[in-house]
Amino acid sequence: MIVPLEHFLIFGAIIFTIGLYGTLVRRNLIGVLISIELILNSVNVNLVAFSKATSMAPETGQIFAVFVIAMAAAAVAVGLAIVIALYRVQKTVLADEVNLLKW
Amino acid sequence: MQFAIYALMVISVVWAVCAVTLRSLFHSALCFTAVLLGIAGIFVVLHAEFLAAVQVLIYVGAVMTLVIFAVMLTERLTDVSVRANNQQIWIGLLGGVAFLTLLIKVILVTPWPKHPDAVAATVMTSENTKHIGIALLSQYVFPFEVLAVVLTAVIIGAVVIAKKDKPA
Repeated sequence: MIVPLEHFLIFGAIIFTIGLYGTLVRRNLIGVLISIELILNSVNVNLVAFSKATSMAPETGQIFAVFVIAMAAAAVAVGLAIVIALYRVQKTVLADEVNLLKW
Repeated sequence: MQFAIYALMVISVVWAVCAVTLRSLFHSALCFTAVLLGIAGIFVVLHAEFLAAVQVLIYVGAVMTLVIFAVMLTERLTDVSVRANNQQIWIGLLGGVAFLTLLIKVILVTPWPKHPDAVAATVMTSENTKHIGIALLSQYVFPFEVLAVVLTAVIIGAVVIAKKDKPA
């Protein structure tokens, strides 16, 4: 590999931390969802880099990455459906304005 | 080649920072699309062409369309008067930097078990997609089927949650 494994891992860690920061700090629920997708993508980078560098069967890590992508798509579909339902009922998508379970 | 890979990484990180910090959600969704394309490029570098194609098709094609639809349906938040962040900015920033420092330290210290043969084996095979298909339908067939059930449940659930209630 031209670039050492550690550099891919550090790249994944940086993207993960940016996503973590966004998840903690964003007020908008759609922004939080975008940050979560960033986190899942950084995990995919790690999986593929590991499967490339350390395993004899390179498709193992890639299959896990495929599963992660599918689950991320499922999560974003359900999450956005919840956001839209919330907007219809409460007219807000800001996470800190949603503090009632029942109204 | 090496320079191009590092440039791709740096550009992806810059776009990711934009995606998290820009106040307009529409802009941050576009920046996120750029990050996804950068990561697809990194998959190509790592000889995972199938994953790069899946990334572009599913994320850039489907997920981003969905996100941009949701941004447009919930328009109010693009007002300038609405704060984009909550009060945890400094805690989040400090915690993030500390966490990142720890992770990088651990990554650099750990002796990863590197396989010199593995690299040669991957570079040689251009039949990456074929191997993924075979493994998906032989060794990993049960998770594959479970995933199909999950996706069906997700489609039904998303429709049920997002549809209008009947007027009572």
